[in-house]
Amino acid sequence: MIRTLPTSRAYDWSYTAFIVLYFVFLFAPLVVTCVLAFNDSNFPSLPWYGFSLDWFTSPGPERVGIFHDAQNLRAIKTSFTTAVFVSIFSTAVGTLASFLFEQEDFRFKNALYFLMLAPLVIPGVILGISQLLAANSAGTFIDETLGIDVPFLRPSFWLVVLGQFSFITTFVTLVVSARLKKFDRSLEEAALNLGANRFQVIWHITLKFLRPAIVGAGAVAFLMSFENFNTTLFLVGSEPTLPINLYLQVRDGSTPVINAISLLLILGTSLLVLVNLSFSRKKA
Amino acid sequence: MKGSRLAFAIFLAPVAAWLFLLIVLPHVDLLLMSLRGKDELGERVWTLANYMNFFTEPVYWLTFVRTALYAVITTAITFCIAMPVSFYIAKVARPRVQGALMVLLLLPFWVSELVRVYGWMILLRESGVLNFFLMKLGLTQKPVEMLYTDAAMILGLVYTSMLFMVVPLVSVMDSLDDSLIEAAYDLGAGKWTIWRTIIIPHCKPGITSGAIVVFMLTLGNYLTPNLMGGKNSLWFTEQIYNQFIASFNWNQGSAFGFLLLALSSLIIWLGLKLSRQKLGEVAS
Repeated sequence: MIRTLPTSRAYDWSYTAFIVLYFVFLFAPLVVTCVLAFNDSNFPSLPWYGFSLDWFTSPGPERVGIFHDAQNLRAIKTSFTTAVFVSIFSTAVGTLASFLFEQEDFRFKNALYFLMLAPLVIPGVILGISQLLAANSAGTFIDETLGIDVPFLRPSFWLVVLGQFSFITTFVTLVVSARLKKFDRSLEEAALNLGANRFQVIWHITLKFLRPAIVGAGAVAFLMSFENFNTTLFLVGSEPTLPINLYLQVRDGSTPVINAISLLLILGTSLLVLVNLSFSRKKA
Repeated sequence: MKGSRLAFAIFLAPVAAWLFLLIVLPHVDLLLMSLRGKDELGERVWTLANYMNFFTEPVYWLTFVRTALYAVITTAITFCIAMPVSFYIAKVARPRVQGALMVLLLLPFWVSELVRVYGWMILLRESGVLNFFLMKLGLTQKPVEMLYTDAAMILGLVYTSMLFMVVPLVSVMDSLDDSLIEAAYDLGAGKWTIWRTIIIPHCKPGITSGAIVVFMLTLGNYLTPNLMGGKNSLWFTEQIYNQFIASFNWNQGSAFGFLLLALSSLIIWLGLKLSRQKLGEVAS
C-alpha cells in the first residue's frame, strides 16, 4: 500500500518489478530504434555487424545517410516551416481566446466555449476530411463565381497549416487560460486607476504575467504540429511533411536511414521538452 | 472601461473566425456532402444512399463494430496497466523520485507516434529484434510473425494511449489524502476493500477523463492499425481513407466520417453523463 503502511517483502518486490517492466515496455521501442541506427547493416534488424555512422553521413550511392538524403531533408524543412507558422498563429489566436473567455462576458459565451473545446473530441481524421471538403467547396465556389483560382484551397502547404491550426489553438487556449485564471485582477485595476488604457494594461502587465504560459504553449504547439499525422494526411499536397514522408517509407519497406531520422527526432523532442520543463519550473 | 468595446472586438473576431470557418463550416459541409449522391441518370441529388450502403454492406458495418469493440478493449487494458503505475508514482514512490519518474513517463509520448510505431515494428516483425533473441535462446526454431496481428495492433494502441490515462490518474491520486487510506487500514480493511471503497471512488473523475480521451484517440487512430494490424484487421479510419483517396468517393467517405464522429461524440456524451461531469472539467 502507501509509503506509511507496512507491506510484505514479496509484495514490494513484485510491485517494483512491475514498474520496472512497465518502463522497459515504455522505452524498448525507442532504445532499439536508436541502437539500430548505428548498425553496419542494410536492414534495421539484428545481428549486430559493428558500429557505423553510414546512415547519418554516407553520401551514397549504396547507402544514403540522412545528411545527404535530399527527400527526407526537404520533408524536415517542410515540417519545420509548417510548425513555425502553426505555432505563431495558434499562440496568437489562443491567447486572444483565453482573454475572451476569462475576461469578457457576453451572450452565447458558453456555447462558444463549448465550440472551442470541440476540436478536442473530434478525431483528427475527421477534422482532416472535413477541412479538405470545405476547402474544396470554397475553392470551387470562388472559381465559379469570381473566376479566380485559389491554389491554397487545394491540398497544399497552407491547407496543412490551417488544418493543424484549427485544433492546436484549442490546446494553447487551455494552457494560457489556466495561467490567466491565477492572475490577480486588482493589478489591472490599479494600472487603470493610474491612467493606463486597456491595451497598455494588457501589454505591460497581463502579458508579462502570461509569458511563461505562452512560451510553453508555443513549444507544445510546435511539437504537436511537427508530429501531426492524422489531420495532415488528408491535406498534404506535393510537399509531404516529415511524418507523412516517413510513413510512406515505412509502409513500403524501410532502411536504417529511418532509424537515424528517428534518433534525431527523439533527441530533438527530448531536448525541447526538457528545456521547456526546466523553464516552466523556474517561473512557477 | 476605456477601450473595452474595441478590446472585446479584437478578442472576439479572430476566435469567431477560427471556430466558424475552420470548425463549424467544414463539419456542416461534411454532413451535406454525406447526403449527396447521383441518381440513375447521373444527376446530383439529395439521398440517404451513402448511409444505406453502410448498413447493407456487411464489410462496412462489421469494420465499424470491430473498431468500436477494439477501442473499448484497448481502453480497458490501458486502464488496468495505468492504475497500478499511477498509484506507484502518486503514493508509493519517494517524493524525490516522483518528479523524475513523471518526466521519464512523459518523454516517449512527445516523440512522434510514427517513431514509436516504427520501434514496435522492428521489435516484433519476422526478422525483428525479439525473434532474434528468441532464436538465440533456442525458444523457437523458426521466426514467428508477431507483427500484423490483432494482438500487435492492440499492443501498439495501448502503448500510444498510455499517457492519456496515466496523467489524469496521477493528478487525481495526488489529491487523495493518505490519512483516509491509513484510517481504513487501522480499522482493519484489506487491500481489496481499500481499493474498492476509497481509491477507485476518489479517482472517478480521472478515470472518466482518461477513458474518454483514450477511447476517442484509439477510435480515430489511423497509423497504428494501418502499420501494425494485419490484412484482416481493417480499421474504420482506413475505410474512410480508402473512400477518400483510393476510390475518390467523397460522398461515401463523408457518410463514414460522420458516422465515426457520431459514435465518438455519443460515447463521450455517455461517459460525461454517467460520471456527471462537464466537458470543460474533463478538458482541464
